[in-house]
Amino acid sequence: MPQAVQSPVRAGAPAASDDAVVQVRGISKTYNDVEALRNIDLDFARGKLTTLLGPSGCGKTTLLKIIAGLIPASAGEVRVNGRVVTGPGPERAFVFQDFALMPWATVMRNVAFGLELRGVSAAERKRVAMQYIEKVSLTGFEDKYPHELSGGMRQRVGIARAFAVNADVLLLDEPFSAVDEQNRRKFQEDLLRLVDLEKKTFIFVTHSIEEAVYVSDRIVLLSPRPGRVSQVIDPAIDRSASPDDIRRAPAYLDTVEEIWDGLRQYAD
Amino acid sequence: MTLFGYRIPMMASLIVWGLLWEIVGRLDLIFLIPPLSGIFEAGVHLVQTGSWQAASMITLRSFALGMTLAIGIGVPLGILMGRFKAVDNLMGLWVNMFVSAPLSALVPVLMILFGLGETTVVVTVFLFAVWIIVLDARAGVTQVPQSLIEMGRSYGANGWTLFTKIILLSALPEILAGIRIGLIRGVKGVVIGQILVSIIGYGELFELFSRSFEMESFWALTMILFVAAMLLSALIELFEKRVEYYAGER
Ligand SMILES: Nc1ncnc2c1ncn2[C@@H]1O[C@H](COP(=O)(O)OP(=O)(O)O)[C@@H](O)[C@H]1O
Ligand SMILES: [Mg+2]
Repeated sequence: MPQAVQSPVRAGAPAASDDAVVQVRGISKTYNDVEALRNIDLDFARGKLTTLLGPSGCGKTTLLKIIAGLIPASAGEVRVNGRVVTGPGPERAFVFQDFALMPWATVMRNVAFGLELRGVSAAERKRVAMQYIEKVSLTGFEDKYPHELSGGMRQRVGIARAFAVNADVLLLDEPFSAVDEQNRRKFQEDLLRLVDLEKKTFIFVTHSIEEAVYVSDRIVLLSPRPGRVSQVIDPAIDRSASPDDIRRAPAYLDTVEEIWDGLRQYAD
Repeated sequence: MTLFGYRIPMMASLIVWGLLWEIVGRLDLIFLIPPLSGIFEAGVHLVQTGSWQAASMITLRSFALGMTLAIGIGVPLGILMGRFKAVDNLMGLWVNMFVSAPLSALVPVLMILFGLGETTVVVTVFLFAVWIIVLDARAGVTQVPQSLIEMGRSYGANGWTLFTKIILLSALPEILAGIRIGLIRGVKGVVIGQILVSIIGYGELFELFSRSFEMESFWALTMILFVAAMLLSALIELFEKRVEYYAGER
């Protein structure tokens, strides 16, 4: 079942959803004497959710942070919207595995932090932050501090903060890994809703095959260290179905199986 | 505390010890221990004397000056040590040595350097308080979570903004903890300094009372100091709790 292209074409916006927002060319990374990534070439399509999937330690975080401009690559270059990345930029926003919330700031201030750094007026950033606090279902918690929230709620704050700066590209590093299983599924469903709503480019890191297949338009399978692109999979899953139906759909189950097979070569 | 099934408030043990003191004092066994009631009487009288008020002013002034210096120098130095390896290498040895050194032994040297006066007391307060303030500020800055720094950078902060909006606030609980311990050490510094210099402030009064065997006044002064130190510590703790609350768990 081919997936229906969801983006309604806006006037002036690029019609094709296939142009690459993020281009990764020949990226290698060596930490001291640990070779983390070797010669990665990837394109990330506009408006799609691409997942980097691979075992722990294969360099997923490293690749994501290189794209974010947080750490320099040893070789190669990353382009975002055609411009070479030399550091962080306003067109990219990062969601951290450990949430990275400021413990001294309220939910409101945390969500608005990106806007605060950009010099947006207090009233305006409150308005925007409120909107995203609502979108991640945290209304009523604006004045709470991170330590008063559960792990799942904290990551909602992290996600709202990333959305609030209205970046083109959202980089999510295992955002749900610290969330328990029931909430995880809820999160995955919420993420799909936000992807549909926000029409942004998502680069999502996970080590869970099921999670990757459930949320992704495209899955990039990385090999164990040094990380290389070992396989690219486009799950053809009809996402208009209900979450339970998706998880029972043959296309979903087949893709999970296919990835397991792909990974088998690395086991032991 | 419970006794025979009855709940007894904490103050009760204080009353028991106070009574015991009163009895021993009344028995006139040791001249060093006058009755507690006499001490209170002496205390009430003491605080009304001009010499006590003047001594308290001098003590407070030396303490405030020494602490201002200790905080004003200690916090920035600790932050620099935490941020710059070169400063850390340069100062680390000294700070770690002085933080646990018996500084009272230095006071005679200070008396030679700064004379028998207030300056020596101020420097003593400074030396007692500054090292722990440096060490805690340094620890606070080095313990800022890497991901918080990356978060700040990814949303566009760098240099000064990153420092004021992330690093400083993240280190604040440790910095305040250092200042609290520093203040308590500073109280010791001001008392030890004054007693060793012995011609200013409380040191002069202590000297006077012990030489003229005015034990009631001697004890009254000691108790005033103890209570003042405890109140100060409680006050800072109260303030710290508010900040801890914001900082939450890490
Ligand atoms: N700052 C660093 N210094 C040295 N080695 C590192 C550093 N960061 C990551 N590594 C190493 O690089 C490899 C890839 O790490 P990472 O990108 O975190 O993997 P993943 O996110 O896929 O689990 C790991 O073997 C890790 O030990
Ligand atoms: Mg990782």
